[in-house]
Amino acid sequence: MRLVAIGLAAGVFSAFFGVGGGLLAVPLLILFAHIPERVAAATSLLAIAITATAGVVVFSLRGQVEVEYAALVGLPAAVGALAGTSLQQRVRTSTLTYGFAVLLTGVGTWLLVS
Amino acid sequence: MSGTTIVIGILLGLTAGVMAGLFGVGGGILFVPALVALGLGQLEAQGTSLLAILPTVVAGTWNQRRYGNLRIRTAVVVGVASIVGVEVGARIVLEVPESVLRRLFAALVFVVAAQLVWRARRSTARYPDSP
Repeated sequence: MRLVAIGLAAGVFSAFFGVGGGLLAVPLLILFAHIPERVAAATSLLAIAITATAGVVVFSLRGQVEVEYAALVGLPAAVGALAGTSLQQRVRTSTLTYGFAVLLTGVGTWLLVS
Repeated sequence: MSGTTIVIGILLGLTAGVMAGLFGVGGGILFVPALVALGLGQLEAQGTSLLAILPTVVAGTWNQRRYGNLRIRTAVVVGVASIVGVEVGARIVLEVPESVLRRLFAALVFVVAAQLVWRARRSTARYPDSP
């Protein structure tokens, strides 16, 4: 039941923001389903594949999916994801995490001012 | 699409992918702003981001499976339940003006940044000597 609730919440979040839902699903899986962090991150990726497929169907029916742009950022991202998952197994990620936090703070600021 | 657009798109995509693999997210938190920067509207960027997420998570899942971290049954339950949520979220989002949606997205980006810092601090506190 908890997993279903987590899925529902992640789905709403995903379609509303155009993200996979992992941002919400990973902490929920850790906190409420008591799944270890790395397992939660891995499991979330597969769940996102299902969530995002549903989202693509809904948004493409409305003509809001630009396939070329999706390929432009999505294909290099697949390469990046391979590097990211490998890195996760062997390096201390806290330094990288702070780096991404700084990057995101910049992105958020840009979204507000642009 | 200009040459500059392509180069920027590839670089932003790579960055989003590394982050997705590291933190178990789809990369959408960076895809959406990247696509907005490349000229798409907020809703188009969000819809397109969902498609861009797919190759990213397929690659990430495949890699994680080799490391034995994947729980397929849990993922399928969460994923299938999420389909209902997607229907709901996709309807709600149409009621929100794009300018408001963009600010909400910016707020989400800040929350994620804070969450990352919290996670890093927590894991450092718990495993002070880990490599």
